[in-house]
Amino acid sequence: MTTGALFLAVFLACAVEAVEATTIVLAAGTARGWRSSLLGVAAGLVVLVAIVAALGPAVSALPLSGLRLVVGGILLIFGVQWLRKAVLRASGHKALHDEEQIFRIELAAAQAAAVHAGRGVSDWYSFTLCFKGVVLEGLEVVFIVLTFGSNQHNLPLAALAAAAAVLLIAAAGMAARAPLARVPENAMKFAVGVMLTSFGLFWGAEGAHAEWPGADAALLVIVPSVAVLAVGLAWLLHRRCDRDDPQQQVDVRILREVEA
Amino acid sequence: MITRLKAFGAFWYDFLVGDDWRVAAGVVLALALTYGVSQTSVPAWWVLPAALALCLPLSLWHATRRR
Repeated sequence: MTTGALFLAVFLACAVEAVEATTIVLAAGTARGWRSSLLGVAAGLVVLVAIVAALGPAVSALPLSGLRLVVGGILLIFGVQWLRKAVLRASGHKALHDEEQIFRIELAAAQAAAVHAGRGVSDWYSFTLCFKGVVLEGLEVVFIVLTFGSNQHNLPLAALAAAAAVLLIAAAGMAARAPLARVPENAMKFAVGVMLTSFGLFWGAEGAHAEWPGADAALLVIVPSVAVLAVGLAWLLHRRCDRDDPQQQVDVRILREVEA
Repeated sequence: MITRLKAFGAFWYDFLVGDDWRVAAGVVLALALTYGVSQTSVPAWWVLPAALALCLPLSLWHATRRR
């Protein structure tokens, strides 16, 4: 795996998570003020840095075979679940991820909640909302950085890709002061699902002592094959959805309009 | 306390296993089978891709059938 591919895989995966966290922070900041929201973000980042500092060296110290078995297995489960959701979304069986709608819901909830101040925080609601958003979405970022970085013996590059993605998305969100609805999030989630599944397959099999024909070059076949399988399944489910359920046809048309 | 422990467990279950436990079970079984086959003279690389080609459509079929 080249450094470019490692950077791209981690960057895309982390950008998707950053879009979701940014939507939450923007809703809290817009509705209730920025001070407590940004304090929540900072506290969440401290927790994530502590997790990376604790787990990074421990994961790096594991023997490569055991690491690839465990990490590859978890990454494969993670990737297949991600891919499953992406295929369901692409085929119209699950609502597309809509940052504008999520933003509206979060905004309404934030505007309706009461203000509780104390212990140096002027608004615990926005602090907690942002803290949870950053930690929950950030945990996936941490997982992706640790798995990709440790497997390729290049944690710094994986961390750099994650930081670049998070900073870029956060800066775009703060500049626009609006949810990043123009980011092709559903397509990115599909691509990330394909990559997580492919690398999970590759490392999991190596960890279980299998030898890929062509060694690392096998990834050049695995990634497109997983993509073809996922696109094919989405196409089949879409056709079945159109044929079986007239109501779903209407839902799919609405989803297409939303997507357009 | 028990509620918090349950919520903690539910979070990690959702994080690691996700929406369909059959996918996680299939992956674990496939990894075990890969290791088993790798101890013989038969190539073992094909087991995980085959498991994916089986598990993903089955999981999708199950998800869409419930609707």
